[in-house]
Amino acid sequence: MIELKDVYKIYSDGDSEIRALDGISLTIEKGEFTSIVGSSGSGKSTCMNIIGCLDIPTSGTYFLDGHDVSTLDEKELARIRNKELGFIFQQYNLIPKLNILENVELPLIYRRMSADERRKRALQALERVGLSDRINKYPSQLSGGQQQRVSIARALAGNPPVILADEPTGALDTKTGREVMNFLKELNNDGTTIVLITHDPSLAEETKRIIRIQDGKIISDTAAKEVLE
Amino acid sequence: MNVKQSLTMALKSLMSSKMRSFLTMLGIIIGVAAVIVIVSVINGVTSDVLENFESLGATNITVSIRGRGGNRSVDVDDMQNLVDENPTLLKSMSPTVTVSGASIKSGSETLDTTSIKGVGEYYDDVATVDVEYGRGVTYADCEYRLSNCIVGSYVAKEFFGTSENALGNEIKINGISFNIVGVYKEQANSKESSTDDAIVIPYTVAKKISGNGNVNTFTFCALNKDVAQMAQQKIEQYLYGVFSSTDAYTVINMSSIIDTINEVTGTMSVMGAVVAGISLLVGGIGIMNIMLVSVTERTREIGVRKSLGASPWDIMSQFVVEAITTSSIGGILGIIFGAVACYIITFLDIKAKLSIPAVFISFTVSALIGVAFGYFPAKKAAALNPIEALRHD
Repeated sequence: MIELKDVYKIYSDGDSEIRALDGISLTIEKGEFTSIVGSSGSGKSTCMNIIGCLDIPTSGTYFLDGHDVSTLDEKELARIRNKELGFIFQQYNLIPKLNILENVELPLIYRRMSADERRKRALQALERVGLSDRINKYPSQLSGGQQQRVSIARALAGNPPVILADEPTGALDTKTGREVMNFLKELNNDGTTIVLITHDPSLAEETKRIIRIQDGKIISDTAAKEVLE
Repeated sequence: MNVKQSLTMALKSLMSSKMRSFLTMLGIIIGVAAVIVIVSVINGVTSDVLENFESLGATNITVSIRGRGGNRSVDVDDMQNLVDENPTLLKSMSPTVTVSGASIKSGSETLDTTSIKGVGEYYDDVATVDVEYGRGVTYADCEYRLSNCIVGSYVAKEFFGTSENALGNEIKINGISFNIVGVYKEQANSKESSTDDAIVIPYTVAKKISGNGNVNTFTFCALNKDVAQMAQQKIEQYLYGVFSSTDAYTVINMSSIIDTINEVTGTMSVMGAVVAGISLLVGGIGIMNIMLVSVTERTREIGVRKSLGASPWDIMSQFVVEAITTSSIGGILGIIFGAVACYIITFLDIKAKLSIPAVFISFTVSALIGVAFGYFPAKKAAALNPIEALRHD
């Protein structure tokens, strides 16, 4: 599903260069629930950006679902983000002036879906996260947990094979964070590939596989149970 | 993203900050309203002036003789001969003798503002007046110096109540009794000092009253507008033959005056539109300014949209459509304000004639301003790096 081969991301600043990713190779199969763990500055965010097609590697190749996406231009990357990926952010990133339904419809608009189909899909996604009674509310009228559920619905609406969650519980209290995690697990059980980026080892332990990144390199790649042991 | 979707999005965005949207539009609103008012007023004044001139007769050619030391002159017969010799150019001619400072009385009532003109039998042709009751000046009136007069509707009403009553009555000019043999049709609401405030008498009689030996003003009527220029040349040719100097006479062709007026007001229209166009430009810059601020403010939103799969084109069209929507709504409001202003202005006795081309042109220009000034901010938004945009707060 996701295959990174010798991926480097180097930012050069005059003479010095910063290796945000220093030769990363990893493969994530369809249906996995993987967490990428690292402290801030470790390169995990850069790694997510590349997996999320928000950025392209300096060198190396990235195959997403068998297609090389490391050389695509901005327009093609936008299409990939739209169809293949769903994002869940720490700060929810809902658009304040759009209501819940419109927020969830957004990726479908960019997919040029008809208004009826869009509404139907968005309503389904909102039903799945249990917010179908709030569709006319605005993000500011919802609690943090609810907002995150909206952002999950938005990620789900396009039915992408991969969901990328960047610290999805970071802004939530333990209880609502718990709910969100359970939800991600549920999604994974339904077959969606999930990549969770976090600095929190205890959260990572709930996933099936943990990839640790430090200084732009993978330092360990283990199944969660082994970590526990 | 289709047009309808972009439009909905743009309207939503504008509605979310109404005050700011309105202020952004204000430049365009004022600009468009200014274009419409300026062009309409010029339009109205022009057509008003032209109407006045045309009512004086678009085919008229006025000849004023100053003479040259009295040795050579032209008289009414010379001028009438000119008409008779050039039937393809000239239709008729009437001498004009203005009588000034005469006292006008009917019983004990007097009128001070009334103008008195002595004319020939073809006056009705050259002056585009219509006799409503009775008749105009005739050959016999002039030949036998009959004390007959035709009065304007103002004079008739002042002295006798109605135009109809005036007919057959008498008025006194400088103590001489005149029979009212005709009343002219009302032209200017029978106002004082208007064209209705006039008395017309035979020119031979006028000559006697004013003590003028010569008739110095002649009004010719060209056969039609197309030959007016040629007719003027013919008259000038003849007069030059008589006086051997262009200083001795002036020949004015009404249709060339109208052409000149059209030219001048046309230039004024363009100038006015240019000045107003500058305010439209300033309005456009205002839109660009706000759009740039808006792009900066919404950097994070742009990042989110990009992460959800918005292509650079999607983002760009969103902002361009927003700019066009802003400027077009501004344009429509400007047209409404402009039209209302034109309507109100007419109550201030300023002639304003709403110019439909100005409405269309200013609307098109304001929409184009949206494209032109929205493009740069939109381009900036589209080029944002999604990662940096997402990190922006």
